[in-house]
Amino acid sequence: MTTSACGCGGLHTDPRLPELEAVLSEFKGNRGALIQVLHKVQSIFGYLSDEVQERVAEALDVPLSEVYGVATFYSLFSLKPQGQYKIGVCLGTACYVRGAQQVLNEIEKQLGIKLNDTSDDGKFTLEVTRCIGACGLAPVMTINEDVYGRVEVGTIAEILKKY
Amino acid sequence: MRFIRSHILICSGSNCQLRGSLSIMHALEAELIKKGLYQEIRIVETGCLGLCEKGPGMVVYPEGVMYTRVTLADIPEIVEEHLLKGRFVRRLMTQPADGEDKLTPLNMSPFFIKQKRVVLKNCGLINPESIEEYIAAGGYQSLAMALDQYSPDQVIQIVKDSNLRGRGGAGFPTGRKWDFTRRAEGTEKYLICNADEGEPGTFKDRLIIEGDPHLVLEGMSLAAYAIGADKGIIYVRGEYDLSIKRLEQAIRQARESGLLGRNILGSEFSFDIDVCLGAGAYVCGEETALIESIEGKRGEPRLKPPYPAQAGLWGKPTSVNNVETLANIPSIIEHGAEWFRSIGTATSSGTKVFTLTGNVVNAGLIEVPMGITLREVIMEIGGGIPGGRQFKMAQTGGTSGGCLAEEHLDVPMDYESLSQYGSSLGSGALLIMDDSHCIVDLTKCFLRFFVHESCGQCTPCREGTAQLYNIVDKISKGRAAGSDIDLIEKLSRTMQISPLCALGQTAPIPVLSAFQYFGPEVRAHLRGTCPAGICNMKGALANADS
Repeated sequence: MTTSACGCGGLHTDPRLPELEAVLSEFKGNRGALIQVLHKVQSIFGYLSDEVQERVAEALDVPLSEVYGVATFYSLFSLKPQGQYKIGVCLGTACYVRGAQQVLNEIEKQLGIKLNDTSDDGKFTLEVTRCIGACGLAPVMTINEDVYGRVEVGTIAEILKKY
Repeated sequence: MRFIRSHILICSGSNCQLRGSLSIMHALEAELIKKGLYQEIRIVETGCLGLCEKGPGMVVYPEGVMYTRVTLADIPEIVEEHLLKGRFVRRLMTQPADGEDKLTPLNMSPFFIKQKRVVLKNCGLINPESIEEYIAAGGYQSLAMALDQYSPDQVIQIVKDSNLRGRGGAGFPTGRKWDFTRRAEGTEKYLICNADEGEPGTFKDRLIIEGDPHLVLEGMSLAAYAIGADKGIIYVRGEYDLSIKRLEQAIRQARESGLLGRNILGSEFSFDIDVCLGAGAYVCGEETALIESIEGKRGEPRLKPPYPAQAGLWGKPTSVNNVETLANIPSIIEHGAEWFRSIGTATSSGTKVFTLTGNVVNAGLIEVPMGITLREVIMEIGGGIPGGRQFKMAQTGGTSGGCLAEEHLDVPMDYESLSQYGSSLGSGALLIMDDSHCIVDLTKCFLRFFVHESCGQCTPCREGTAQLYNIVDKISKGRAAGSDIDLIEKLSRTMQISPLCALGQTAPIPVLSAFQYFGPEVRAHLRGTCPAGICNMKGALANADS
């Protein structure tokens, strides 16, 4: 285990460690807490590094394989560092029939990255998101917490400029 | 005391919030203060009004005028014209109005007249963040009535007699499910509310929760009383921020009012509810996968039997019910089984909430009696197909539902009729597509979803979805032969019977129905032509056997 969450020399020197430990002790002994713990831990670190997963496994007393199994099963968890802004384009059918594929193509073109890539400056990560239940506004894209509805190819440059 | 002459109801459902309904509300407030109207006009933040695609929406009472696609720039005009001078702002109105004062009442306008609101009865009328408003609208009366007058067995009997069936997709009779759970051995039992609404194009449960969270809590309490559970869990999608917030707030309010907790309303019945967040997996909508997920594990479906009613969460008897199913319960207890059966058809009782999406004028949230035809929903409530295009196809029940063509427009929307045509009510998604789309391209879109969401546990689903995708992909490139269509048919039949759960079993449904009802268009692809001009046929091979 060589890479650390902050890139400085291991989890034990990471300034976010106390926050992690607080979450782990809050949920220690709660059966079935793993998913809720991973939600909270990811919100601290932005993603679930190998080292963080090891610490979670140890603290909750579950096998690392189980932590890894859960972390890779659910789409909201990420094992890789994410760009500062995560762009999600919904390709659910309701969005698809309203032109979501063209929206995705246009973002790829403008940012010069492919789906599931992060831009070289670490600013944007481009992903397909699951249906977020805003189908009344299709096609929909998200950038971190912001949601954009009725997106048109012509307005994408303007949206991206805000970030 | 403030004398209120007008109420403005602003939709704060997620679709409208995303279009800025909250900033519009604040601007409206500021404008009313500026014009000195603040004391006489009250702004109410309410649940979904239904016309999501035209959001943000608001209704001004007592006139009942609905304004849609309201922007910040429209606020001064609405205040000046409507609220000060009493003249409607016609360009923002959806309902027909002849002359200055003759207005079609909102409930008589084309979007609402064929709707029947049972689950959505308070949605768009009360403030979902206020337990007082819910109680004032008759809320928690059914719970009080049941605790006072009915035994748990009587509650189950009423629900059985009402003929209510699950609204999450499978359509299992709710009363029977409760009966199994009640009669299962053990004293520790659980009630789970399934709010893991992952079916693409479905957002009804989200808007029910956001528009009337206490209705769901009351339905859960009644269900828990019936089956003998003292612990309830709402498993809600992690992406549904507003739903989570409203649920947590409603649970807090109910606890403070003694409507959750120990000895509810002075009875022997104790019940409390927790919210559990999903982490993004479609398969967790399947009840045993959902239970695995609550236990903190990978959401892989369990082998059945035993069913959750015998051995569910932590191995204890558990009833898993959909949000909309539970939201029907208070009305059934209040008005009785006979009343409920009088709505809908002989075999499919009650109403159904649909999310109408795709190429339709009034995309949004609707509630209609079972048995209404597709034509009425699309052409009347939905306002038809926009942009002068023609109707081509409707997919009912979400991505795992069947594709219906124009000849099916008069099929009644109920459990039995739709299944005759290889489709289902499913989750209540209703996706409308116009003639600019290609059936093969859409089928690929459906299958891409299943390939991604198959949990990988059982082979027929994991391999089957991928192989179906590959074959349809070949068709879309003009590189397939007639034998490939037979292969799809054969593979689909195998998949309908062999996977562990409904995900794999229903994945072939959209493919089979699309290929059955749009055969000539599919076959044209074998000859290297895409009639809609969507598929890229550059590498097409000419096939003799097509």
